[in-house]
Amino acid sequence: MTVELSHYLILAAVLFSISMAGIVINRKNIIVLLMSIELMLLAVNLNFIAFSHYLNDLAGQVFVFFILTVAAAEAAIGLAILVVLFRNKRSINVEDISEMKG
Amino acid sequence: MSDFIQPNLLPALPEMVMLAMTCLVLVVDLFLPQEKRGFTLLLSVLTLLLTVAAVVFVAPADSVSSFGDSFVLDQFAVTLKIAICLVSILVFIYSRDYLIDHDIYKGEYYVLGLFATLGMLIMTSAHSFLMIYLGLELLSLSLYAMIAFNRKSLIASESAMKYFVLGAMASGLLLYGISIFYGMTGTLNINQLATVVMAQSEQNPVALGFALTFIVVGLSFKLGAVPFHMWLPDIYQGSPTSVTLFIGTAPKIAGFAMAIRLLVDGLSELQVDWSQMLMVLAIASMALGNIIAIAQTNFKRMLAYSTISHVGFILLGILAGNANGYSSAMFYTLTYAITALVAFGILILLNRKGFEAENISDLSGLNHTNPWYAAMLAIAMFSMAGVPPTVGFYAKLTVLQSVISVDMVWLAVTAVLFSVIGLFYYLRIVKVMYFDESLEEQVTSIKQSLDVKVLLSVNGLSLIALGIFPSLLMAYCIQAFG
Repeated sequence: MTVELSHYLILAAVLFSISMAGIVINRKNIIVLLMSIELMLLAVNLNFIAFSHYLNDLAGQVFVFFILTVAAAEAAIGLAILVVLFRNKRSINVEDISEMKG
Repeated sequence: MSDFIQPNLLPALPEMVMLAMTCLVLVVDLFLPQEKRGFTLLLSVLTLLLTVAAVVFVAPADSVSSFGDSFVLDQFAVTLKIAICLVSILVFIYSRDYLIDHDIYKGEYYVLGLFATLGMLIMTSAHSFLMIYLGLELLSLSLYAMIAFNRKSLIASESAMKYFVLGAMASGLLLYGISIFYGMTGTLNINQLATVVMAQSEQNPVALGFALTFIVVGLSFKLGAVPFHMWLPDIYQGSPTSVTLFIGTAPKIAGFAMAIRLLVDGLSELQVDWSQMLMVLAIASMALGNIIAIAQTNFKRMLAYSTISHVGFILLGILAGNANGYSSAMFYTLTYAITALVAFGILILLNRKGFEAENISDLSGLNHTNPWYAAMLAIAMFSMAGVPPTVGFYAKLTVLQSVISVDMVWLAVTAVLFSVIGLFYYLRIVKVMYFDESLEEQVTSIKQSLDVKVLLSVNGLSLIALGIFPSLLMAYCIQAFG
């Protein structure tokens, strides 16, 4: 059996859905949220690389490099905010983040 | 292997000036003692003024593109860039006293603000998916850090976390849509996208619609349209008011620019599809924003719901789908940013050391202590509600006109009905300021610097001036889509 474009797309869609579910369903830990966000970006990367190879066009792979770079910066800022939050709150439980309502 | 061709750097001159100056501000700020922090502000304002000068200097008669057609400078971009820079200047000056009073008068605020502004400038000129994404991320990452930079505040770090998670998710959704468009069209460029989509819209309507949905969802997350609005009230309430002032003004203009670049420049062929989606989003935003705002006791939170309803109006202008609609939406966005500047600016004026003014009750009796600023805030409230002769009336009028001109009278009627509901909570602010007894802690009059008072007064009076002479600004908005 050969691996076709559609297989990559289905895998990427599944990964994307898992990461989405991870953000929406998760009620335990903020770090899991950050992991889900990374997974989401990686699913998009997989899409880009598959298309890039299939279309024989380099632009998609260049885009992936930019996404990887931005994802690294995003993770750095996300973890920094997490540290600040933990110092103030002494908890990284998603359910505890509920100071504001309305 | 093709030879390397030197791109035309001139159209990007404003961004380069800004980047160079921002790096300078970053370094200079390191060596300044705390009591000389005012110099950082001065340098930041100078940076923005220089950028405005550079924009005016390179402003082309028509449109020029550069960097392999992925960067475009046209009338639309020029107008919005100038607006974004001027709004940011006012934000920086208004927020100074607040930062000093709350012991967060640090250079980071200005550096992050300048980088965010740079991201917005890139977004207005972006003409490829990659450019739009990078501009958007530069803006978002700076904003996440700006919200959290008051490290001791629990509520600020919490709202930064919420904004981060939802903002990153929105970027992910947008990227997923972009990746599918890339797969279907084989290009990242907005111009080429428009031509390829035209050819493909017959063969692959389902896949195009699928990708378009992701793009629209990502966009409405960033703009704060219902049902993707849940981050907005928390972020407005939780951020330091100086940061709320920034988030509530300039990024709205950039978000509008992104919507126009993606939907109008790139995907105008799918207009039937996206105007349907925007219609649902617009009605939901106006309904939910106006109704929930009534129940709020926190002024910042109320303004957040009011923002949501205004986003609904901006979407109305875009979904009309013709030059008239786009220019009225642009006018609406720009005047909304100016109005929000006044509203948050007055709120910042009321802050003192150890006293955070953010509840509606904090405004009670403002007319007795500070009649002039009460009048300014009243003008801002009337403008948001759309009462003539303020500019908000004319902005609403042009949007409604453009919607009626494409035979969607029922939509215009719905919009007017929800605006009437909105009138209630705007007028309640006026009532609280003029007819309620002032609280004890509020009696002291405002002690803020002269420059803030003068600028805020000019800002407030401009709402009336633009309301009487809207063509001063409308001419540029019409030109942008001419």
